[in-house]
Amino acid sequence: MLDIALKISLALMILALLLNVYRLTVGPDLPDRLLALDTMYVNSIALIVLMGLWLNTKTYFESALLIALLGFISTVAVCKYLLRGDIIE
Amino acid sequence: MTLYVVLEGIIAFFLVAGGVFAFIGSLGLAHLRDFYMRLHGTTKATTLGIGCMLTASMLYFWVIEGKPDIQEVLITLFLFITAPVSAHLLAKTGLHLQLRHIDKTGGSPPELRAEEIGKRPIPHRDHGHG
Repeated sequence: MLDIALKISLALMILALLLNVYRLTVGPDLPDRLLALDTMYVNSIALIVLMGLWLNTKTYFESALLIALLGFISTVAVCKYLLRGDIIE
Repeated sequence: MTLYVVLEGIIAFFLVAGGVFAFIGSLGLAHLRDFYMRLHGTTKATTLGIGCMLTASMLYFWVIEGKPDIQEVLITLFLFITAPVSAHLLAKTGLHLQLRHIDKTGGSPPELRAEEIGKRPIPHRDHGHG
């Protein structure tokens, strides 16, 4: 049962990432692309968690935490750049 | 024996629910027509999906190893705290850049309506400064 659920979840996450890549390439404006990148790092954390379940190891969760931290900081930095024209004032 | 079957069912439910929620969020990101609608779709649904998935992972390793672990809770907590902040900043960026939007979205700074301020502006009270 867990095997089938894992496969369904993996397929859904890969489809979600493909939709994010579509919005990243098509997106008419800059904030659309930024939003697509923001969603992509969240989805990649889900993919890392699924890999940990698949390989039955907890080694990769530190990298998931690192991606969460750096993704948030980079989103905030690019937003500040677009808002003020400068990151650190 | 039966307990493990029930736990496996719960973990499988959380996994599929997380995948479905994340997929719906990304479908909204690809399908909706407006930046603010896309922001609305992806911020809520994807965060809930990743929360379900991390809960499933935490339950799985709890059952396997026999003791709970704080790491997944930490990732979930951090994502749940940071997602509204980044969404707020993205919305502010969209307002600042004055993106195109359909009329019903209302993507402009809120202004006071006419019936809230009356016909003419209320003058400040004179405190007798001269």
